[in-house]
Amino acid sequence: MEMIGHTLTGLPDEACGLLVGSYGGEEATHIFPTANAAASALLYEIDPKEMLAVDRAARALGADIMGVFHSHTHTDAYPSPTDVAQALDPGWHYVLVSLRDTHAVVRSYRIVEGVITEEPVEVPGLGEEPGEKPNKEPGVGESGPAK
Amino acid sequence: MAVEVRLPTVLRSQAGGASVVTVDGGTVGEVLAKLVAEYPGLTGQVVQADGSLHKFVNIYVDDDDVRYLDGVDTPVADGAEVSILPAVAGG
Repeated sequence: MEMIGHTLTGLPDEACGLLVGSYGGEEATHIFPTANAAASALLYEIDPKEMLAVDRAARALGADIMGVFHSHTHTDAYPSPTDVAQALDPGWHYVLVSLRDTHAVVRSYRIVEGVITEEPVEVPGLGEEPGEKPNKEPGVGESGPAK
Repeated sequence: MAVEVRLPTVLRSQAGGASVVTVDGGTVGEVLAKLVAEYPGLTGQVVQADGSLHKFVNIYVDDDDVRYLDGVDTPVADGAEVSILPAVAGG
């Protein structure tokens, strides 16, 4: 939920952060929200200095940066052409948070040589954040057919 | 002078899976040249053919981004750590 909270705090701009865990593994053990150095509603850039700090933190945890998340404020939780063009690591998870609708929609992808493959994603506590309505859309926080 | 180079996950497969490699060099450019000599698969991944840094990577000597120092000519002290990190961005 820290991830979604960070994307809401970042509005009206896109927000972003890094996932830390076992590289190539399935579970992010730590989420590190970072500043969006692009400070834009259309683009994101992980703040380079924070990238270094998170890399060191990951190393201290015996882990690695193994993915990145960012928000789309007005579009689907699906990688944009810009996202695909700049997705460099075939082992990373690329997580998208769409804030277009009332409820945040989270989806996760692998992007390998320009080919997007959606994967199942679970976000612990999604729908349980204080202030969020308890009645959530089915399938939120899990994979499902692309809208 | 021995320098530790921290590799990003995306480049480790080109370096036998290592996350840290120790090489010699007195400047960032020398360190990266040694790195590529040892692991030819890294050719063009960090330094472009014209000798400039690839735009999708950020390189640090200890805590400092070399783009704000002297780029590939930035001196590297014995025992320093050079971190190569991807520039992570999108839309």
